[in-house]
Amino acid sequence: MLLLLAAVLLFYPIMLPGAFYRDIGVTFLLAAISASAWNIVGGYAGQVSVGHSMFFGLGAYTPLVLYSLYGWPPLAGVPFGIALSITLALVIGTPTFRLTGHYFSMATIAVAELIRIFTGTWDLVGAAIGVQGPATARGWWDLTFRGELPYYYIFLAVLAFVLAVTAVIERRRFGFYLRAIKASERAARSLGVPVRRTKIQALALSAAFTSLAGSLYAIKTGFVDPDSGFGILISVQMVIVAALGGAGTLFGPLIGALILIPLQSATNSWFGGGGSGLTYILYGGIIVLIARFEPGGLFELWQRLTPHFRRRAHA
Amino acid sequence: MVVVQVIVGGLLLGAIYALFSSGLTLIWGMMNFINFAHGEFVMLGMYVALFVVMWLGGGPLAFGVAAAFALAVLGVAIYLALIREVIRGPMLAQILSTFGLALLLRYTAFFVFSANFVSLPPTALSGTLNIAGVYVPVAQLVAGAAAIVLTMSLHMLLAHTDVGSRLLAVAEDRAAAMLMGIRPDRMQALAWGLSAAAAGIAGALMATAYPWSPSVGETFGLIAFVVVALGGFGSVLGSLYAGLIVGLIQAVSAFWLGAIYKDIVVYGLFVALLWLRPQGLMGKA
Repeated sequence: MLLLLAAVLLFYPIMLPGAFYRDIGVTFLLAAISASAWNIVGGYAGQVSVGHSMFFGLGAYTPLVLYSLYGWPPLAGVPFGIALSITLALVIGTPTFRLTGHYFSMATIAVAELIRIFTGTWDLVGAAIGVQGPATARGWWDLTFRGELPYYYIFLAVLAFVLAVTAVIERRRFGFYLRAIKASERAARSLGVPVRRTKIQALALSAAFTSLAGSLYAIKTGFVDPDSGFGILISVQMVIVAALGGAGTLFGPLIGALILIPLQSATNSWFGGGGSGLTYILYGGIIVLIARFEPGGLFELWQRLTPHFRRRAHA
Repeated sequence: MVVVQVIVGGLLLGAIYALFSSGLTLIWGMMNFINFAHGEFVMLGMYVALFVVMWLGGGPLAFGVAAAFALAVLGVAIYLALIREVIRGPMLAQILSTFGLALLLRYTAFFVFSANFVSLPPTALSGTLNIAGVYVPVAQLVAGAAAIVLTMSLHMLLAHTDVGSRLLAVAEDRAAAMLMGIRPDRMQALAWGLSAAAAGIAGALMATAYPWSPSVGETFGLIAFVVVALGGFGSVLGSLYAGLIVGLIQAVSAFWLGAIYKDIVVYGLFVALLWLRPQGLMGKA
């Protein structure tokens, strides 16, 4: 099953070579990376952040701002974006993690909105207009390619890396801590789980990966503005993708992206410019249905259904 | 004189913030639940007002009542179909449910009404008063005053009537209330109806004085969070004071710092409040 999925992702650009399909592929990978990054703190630890765009935006802005100010190749700015995101996670983590549940989600939204509006007023980073990357590549290190294919494989490698790290975490003590916190913070604390430290570590790791996703987005698009970097819909998409597939499962975000992104591309191409609004109507409808009928996401549904099929196959 | 003008404008808008925020705080107090679609309820109230004026030729009283009624029905329906079920589910499902609802309502509104700003045609409340050199549009004055009266009435309803006691009993202890012969489900449905009606009527009042588009829901939703955090989660009277304060802060910071900075100031205040005093100004620790 896993091998099949890997093979499909590896050979997808060869099987469907059109530019349209490659674009969907790259968008899908980006959504899967972001949602998998969110999943570490939002899924495994159950801390529903709706402000992860703050890390995505920092990751997107840092390389492009360093390029436009000093002419650095965007790739060189990526570690700085990650460092900034981890710093932000540490700074806001301590006070924000005193809040739980709905309070926590509200606080994360507010911080992200604050950063978005502030960025829109700051001239050094392009204010409301945004910043651009290199228009044409000065060399391969600018990572400015004409076609989608190089991006596809770079993104695929990053997704594999993020999932591999998550898989390792799942099996280690840290992963058990996270799930214990999700199940009951009080119980986890009374059993000796260092709750606050674990939550902050999870947020920092999640922020680092989200920042990386933002950098990949900015390098590929060559442009970022306050809405495409820090907009609330960026955060919402991560939550929806992960929740649809199954928050707190290794492949949940991947499955969610596998369903949502082609759907989004389809509505966009069917309905043209007005399609983006319809996409969000669809998103909204899907989340409401998931929350109401299948809060564990499709992965849990699948797990519940498969034993039935197996039993039937034996009989 | 300009400063007085700014302060009066801020307080009048703040009164409307207080009204729709009282709805959000009621739900929070009843069931520890934040409705992320509350701002969209306000936005829908505005379009109900527009519909009543344009298609049915109603006046301010008619569209105020219509908005309250339409949203109350929507609120009860959402409670029965969605919230009643997800409240028993995991935290992620609770947050996602109203978040999804917000997206659904907001983008359906974009789809139906387009992203353009609209305003009500002149109503019985058009015109401007000159009170000792301060110019106040009649619509803003009436809307602000009505909002304060309605917020106070909601507070009175909760504090001094039989129904209010039942609502508070369910908020206090669901199981104990059930033993006293109160049906928690009905009371929570009523709370959702009242909450959405407060948002709807606030929207209708605001529509008389300010232009709007489907995107205002997002802004009002965030403002309602700020007001509720400031006034204390679950306190209607607290949200009345806090609404006025937030309106005032917004107007003054827009005046002194520039219009873009008013949201930075308000959200900054919100984050600081959540971090330093999560129980709110009037709330109990």
